Amino acid sequence: MADLSTNFVGIKSPNPFWLASAPPTDKEYNVRRAFEAGWGGVVWKTLGEAGPPVVNVNGPRYGAIWGPDRRLIGLNNIELITDRPLEVNLREIKAVKRDYPDRALVVSLMVPCEEEAWKRILPLVEETGADGIELNFGCPHGMSERGMGSAVGQVPEYVEMVARWCKANTRMPVIVKLTPNITDIRHPARAAFRGGADAVSLINTINSITAVDLDNMAPEPTIDGKGTHGGYCGPAVKPIALNMVAEIARDEETRGKPISAIGGITTWKDAAEFMALGAGCVQVCTAAMTYGFRIVEEMIAGLSEWMDEKGHATLDDFIGKAVPNVTDWQFLNLNYVTKAEIDQDLCIKCGRCFAACEDTSHQAIAMSEDRVFTVKDEECVACNLCVDVCPVEGCITMRELKPGEVDPRTGRVVEKDYANWTTHPNNPGSGCAAE
Amino acid sequence: MPNSPLTPGIVPGRLPEDAIRENFSDLHPPMDAHEAAVAADRCYFCHDAPCMEACPTAIDIPMFIREIATKSVDSAARTIFSQNILGGMCARVCPTETLCEEACVRMDAEEDPVEIGRLQRFATDHLMAKNTHPFTRAEPTGKRIAVVGAGPAGLACAHRLAMKGHDVVVFDFRPRPGGLNEYGIAAYKSTDDFAQAEVAWLMRIGGIEIRHGQRLGEGLSLDALRAEYDAVFLGIGLQGVNALGIAGEDLEGVVNAVDFIADLRQAEDLARVPVGRDVVVIGGGMTAIDAAVQAKLLGALNVSLVYRRGRERMAASAYEQELAAAKGVHIITNARPVALHGDGAVREAEFEYTREEEGTLMGTGETFRIRADQVMKAIGQTLLGAPEGLEIKGGKIAVTGAGRTGAEGIWAGGDCASGGDDLTVTAVAEGRDAAEDIHATLMA
Repeated sequence: MADLSTNFVGIKSPNPFWLASAPPTDKEYNVRRAFEAGWGGVVWKTLGEAGPPVVNVNGPRYGAIWGPDRRLIGLNNIELITDRPLEVNLREIKAVKRDYPDRALVVSLMVPCEEEAWKRILPLVEETGADGIELNFGCPHGMSERGMGSAVGQVPEYVEMVARWCKANTRMPVIVKLTPNITDIRHPARAAFRGGADAVSLINTINSITAVDLDNMAPEPTIDGKGTHGGYCGPAVKPIALNMVAEIARDEETRGKPISAIGGITTWKDAAEFMALGAGCVQVCTAAMTYGFRIVEEMIAGLSEWMDEKGHATLDDFIGKAVPNVTDWQFLNLNYVTKAEIDQDLCIKCGRCFAACEDTSHQAIAMSEDRVFTVKDEECVACNLCVDVCPVEGCITMRELKPGEVDPRTGRVVEKDYANWTTHPNNPGSGCAAE
Repeated sequence: MPNSPLTPGIVPGRLPEDAIRENFSDLHPPMDAHEAAVAADRCYFCHDAPCMEACPTAIDIPMFIREIATKSVDSAARTIFSQNILGGMCARVCPTETLCEEACVRMDAEEDPVEIGRLQRFATDHLMAKNTHPFTRAEPTGKRIAVVGAGPAGLACAHRLAMKGHDVVVFDFRPRPGGLNEYGIAAYKSTDDFAQAEVAWLMRIGGIEIRHGQRLGEGLSLDALRAEYDAVFLGIGLQGVNALGIAGEDLEGVVNAVDFIADLRQAEDLARVPVGRDVVVIGGGMTAIDAAVQAKLLGALNVSLVYRRGRERMAASAYEQELAAAKGVHIITNARPVALHGDGAVREAEFEYTREEEGTLMGTGETFRIRADQVMKAIGQTLLGAPEGLEIKGGKIAVTGAGRTGAEGIWAGGDCASGGDDLTVTAVAEGRDAAEDIHATLMA
């Protein structure tokens, strides 16, 4: 069986599945049960300054979007950082870490943007025996109005400054949690590493309104007739998170730097995808909030099974292996030509490919009187829409044209050699403009 | 001592009242909103959907299911009713397993179709429960049309004509409207007096008058109708019943299955409907199944359904056959009746085994007898009382196009007219299409 043990910036855990800083990790009771269930680590829900804790709303804190069978697709929250006293959290962290020395226990922190505030809290956390800290520069709601959370994460200079303060004032590894509510994720990531951070974690939640109550004309979740933007997470955000992780993983300045991936991870496969894009461990929240802690069993079993199948003995065998294959559009091979192909044995004749292609694409699918659907190679641009709308997995596939074959759409012979936009005659900047 | 399944003869109350009530509850219970949402999500919204193609009334099934999925349930109902004003009844009685649901692409995918029938019921029930009518009449045309027969064909025709602004008088010989929706069909498919509720709801369009106790040839003549009205639509159904033509047919206890079903449907208390202890139903269509199953549900000890050809030739769908078998009906195939025996009342039914050679049915010479105190004949209905002067083809009023008979100004549809299956939904389609044709003709 594959070895899932993880060493992330010196923080060790028996598997790469950590619970993200969020409601599931707000107290000792939950975290103990999570560890009993098998989670490799937790990031304790964000602690704030000593003194009167923050307060939360007393109406709904979450909104959601669902599939028709109420399968939760996306979740949004307007909960703030922990609303329990600092000393209670610190006491519990210490007790849990003492009892679970083999698990990763990272503490999320958010205090005002003053070095003194960080200097005050860091020794208190260090004293608990926690393995590391995560700087919450991500929360897009509530705390950001007070100059914290994403208000810091959106300014790379602040990210760098606070990371530096923390590194200067603690021996613990420092992970900077990034907000996706920004134009280019690479800037705060670079800033974090410039400030000396050991790793970045991302994505925090995305600013969102889940729905509008059309009876009350108010956004959801609605508190006494009003609503506010909250942080969006769950399966729906995974593609956004994957891209942001990939952008950091392949950036010249941050390539190879440790990343803890977060964003809609629901199954072992989601986790493996993030790790293939360079993540050293993953953090999970919404899936646990939807199904409970037991899902980690599936994640461990599934990842092991897949690693065994692929012959990966350790996580390092595949972490980052997909990064070299993430490139810019301009470098994609324009001589790679494919055509959609419909497997008539698998086809159930729903005609969705036809409707999609005929109405919205390239009129490249023909429909016979007796509902046989076939691809017109002379029209097919291989856009893949038919594959995406087909309800039968594997029914429509893309066939690669071999070099020497003629593409009936363009009339051109498929060339063997790789060629991209940078050298294409239509590219004004290529230096060999079309004649 | 109360009656039981073992009580000899034809008696009521073989089962306790609550058992009978339970037996006759909805065959396909209604969906709740969540169930409907989940079921609707299974629809692929096929292009040029095969289900729609398979529906005799051509309901835009993918559209109404999408409307259910988006919680626009009244719109879904309107989509259904615009094609089939009796969409509520059809949702209950259509053999969907041989129509829309058989054509569903999910049959190809996993042999488990979208539950189109139950979804249709969800939508139609939803709108009908509001007690509103979704359509309004066009400006009055001043035209008057006579519809003979208040069954599915006549009602669908009348409603469409009324919508177009015509005034319609419907004539029917029975005391209640609905035709086979009211007097035929198994009771567990149309519970809570649905047929009457549906007619009352349909009539809210306005402009339709129903006159009961009116039968063609008995005080009502086609010539008089032609003279008084601008057009006539005949939806008179098949009122005759085929005879077995064997000895003993006149014995006591030998009944027409359609009469048994009609009596059962009209009974105020099912516990008072008499049924035999050993019931033999002869036939292989829906009427035979409905009679046999209901006899069993009333508490008959043994119910045998005997069909002269093989199972695959039965007009009743495989689903209906399975339903009957599950309820305890013993289905015997390849056996034809040769005599009914008894002294005054029937006591035994005698059959001869058959085999089919190149489409020809032949007796094998081997016979057997089944104990029977009630024999129900269900070997088909025939056209009865068709007015003189209309061409008859294959035992039905010959029609072309949208129900045009050879006679000017006279249309026909439903079971009495040639073409199409003898199904409620087919009758609705034919009534509707004849109405459109009548309208086009009168307004030309």
